[in-house]
Amino acid sequence: MQLNEFLILAAFLFCTGAYGVLARRNGVLVLMSIELMLNAVNINLVAFSAFTKNVSGQIFALFIITIAAAEVGVGLAIVLLIYRNLHSPDLDEVDQLKG
Amino acid sequence: MWEQQVAFWVLAVAMAAAAIGVVRSRNIVHAALFLVVVLAGAAAQYILLAAEFVAWVQVLIYIGAVVVLFLFGIMLTRAPMHDDAGALDNDQRWGGLVVALFVLGVLIALLVNAFGGKKIHFSNALVSLGRTSHVGTDIFRVFVVPFEVVSMLLLAALVGAVVLARKD
Repeated sequence: MQLNEFLILAAFLFCTGAYGVLARRNGVLVLMSIELMLNAVNINLVAFSAFTKNVSGQIFALFIITIAAAEVGVGLAIVLLIYRNLHSPDLDEVDQLKG
Repeated sequence: MWEQQVAFWVLAVAMAAAAIGVVRSRNIVHAALFLVVVLAGAAAQYILLAAEFVAWVQVLIYIGAVVVLFLFGIMLTRAPMHDDAGALDNDQRWGGLVVALFVLGVLIALLVNAFGGKKIHFSNALVSLGRTSHVGTDIFRVFVVPFEVVSMLLLAALVGAVVLARKD
């Protein structure tokens, strides 16, 4: 199979995730879009691992999965805190530092 | 060979459609369920690439743990469960679309230029590469220090999340 098929699928997922991060207002949905972007990177790493016949890419993907799990835990705690203080999970409301 | 090609394209189309569902869905729970489709499709792609251990870790951690965490987050922030036009999006929608399409165009041009015509050769060597024993040996021989660092990071994230979400 062509290497590019996997890479272009990953690029599409990454850009969809980037759109979600920019266009979504709800904090939980922004975190979901970030997961899309991280998954795109993992597909790239595993595809290159198969392309170069080197297992390091798969191990990097495993580390990224672990770090993504940690990131979601802390991120959701932060969204929960925003909800508790502002009574809304919308990230647009977090503008206390705006001049 | 063509079976893999067909499987790839079926999965890729499903993943792309579900990814658009994640960022466009008007219902936040539906967005989480679309995310499950994308994550399961990614796990299937890893199996196509003969990375069985990564695929099952993806199923266990992403579909098993992360999605449940998302559903808890939706529940705890009392997100609107009904379809509410526009309430989940902000007014940067068109700007975001322009940025995403621009980045996609640049990435595709770069990838076609750099890796056009390069092929992944499937062989027995590739299958044994992704075998769990091989991946495990490499983690504990070559990547031991990053592995321990990641375990400390997980502990720190656990403590941090508890401290942040505690009520007082």
